[in-house]
Amino acid sequence: MRFGVVVFPGSNCDYDCYYVVRDLLGEEVDFIWHKERRVEGFDCLILPGGFSYGDYLRTGAIARFSPIMRAVSGFAARGGLVIGICNGFQILLESNLLPGAMMKNKNLRFICRFVNIRVENNLTSFTNLCQIGQVLKVPIAHIDGSYYADHEIIGTLKENNQIIFRYCNEEGGLAQESNPNGSKDFIAGISNRQGNVLGLMPHPERASESILGSEDGRLIFESVVRAVKGRVK
Amino acid sequence: MQKLFQAKVYVSLKKGLADPQGSTIKEALESLGYRNLSEVRFGKYIEVKLRAKTKKGAEQKLKEMCGKLLVNPIIEEYSYHIEEEG
Repeated sequence: MRFGVVVFPGSNCDYDCYYVVRDLLGEEVDFIWHKERRVEGFDCLILPGGFSYGDYLRTGAIARFSPIMRAVSGFAARGGLVIGICNGFQILLESNLLPGAMMKNKNLRFICRFVNIRVENNLTSFTNLCQIGQVLKVPIAHIDGSYYADHEIIGTLKENNQIIFRYCNEEGGLAQESNPNGSKDFIAGISNRQGNVLGLMPHPERASESILGSEDGRLIFESVVRAVKGRVK
Repeated sequence: MQKLFQAKVYVSLKKGLADPQGSTIKEALESLGYRNLSEVRFGKYIEVKLRAKTKKGAEQKLKEMCGKLLVNPIIEEYSYHIEEEG
């Protein structure tokens, strides 16, 4: 299968994603410059972390108008798999490919450390190798990561099982101190209603081999491979 | 004949949303001895100069810009002031 990693000016986790796909998964992967207008031949697109357009105005607000985003929207509408990680998640929110918005972390600090997230839904193309309630150790690195959506949107997310990951403690419990940024309802990652677009603040690509302190993140990429290869058969 | 207009756009977090920057600034002001502060809200200020035939036309364009890019209506609200450049 073939992954595409979209590169915006200011992306800085693009190579990490590329490395995970090529070297750890052994799958095909290409970079896609944000000025491109086509995304043919890809099974999954990754919008990586970073500071696209310097986070000017709002995180993701300018990148959302990059030429590639029209193609990404079309790809998603046709059921293509899209993962937005950190800044990639912020871009998906600004693009309305996912509901809600990001606000500054509650403590106003840039937080860069391992956190625990709990798998809330494993019937997705991104979590099919996980167990419900499984705790993954994956790092976050952001200052604008406090997920916000109004009561109505949160209700819809719950109703459709679109909350994919929640911040939790080591045991999987939802304690206030395990919510690093003050996200609504402990939300660390959500999908769209159709389940083919995932956005998450933690960086699974930084936790995909044991030398980095955790390989839990690789489950997400391997789930994608499993979903795509299973679909082809 | 197109005229030049100067628009000032003020963007802030919606009322009711926690504004940690605003509360931190308030605490700092209080630590400087300013009492009786009821609230401090933090926001953004954007200046846009644009050409249009009428003020109404300029306003319409500006609102469009706010809707498309300048403001995220999920978390932000805005107000503006627009006038013809002398």
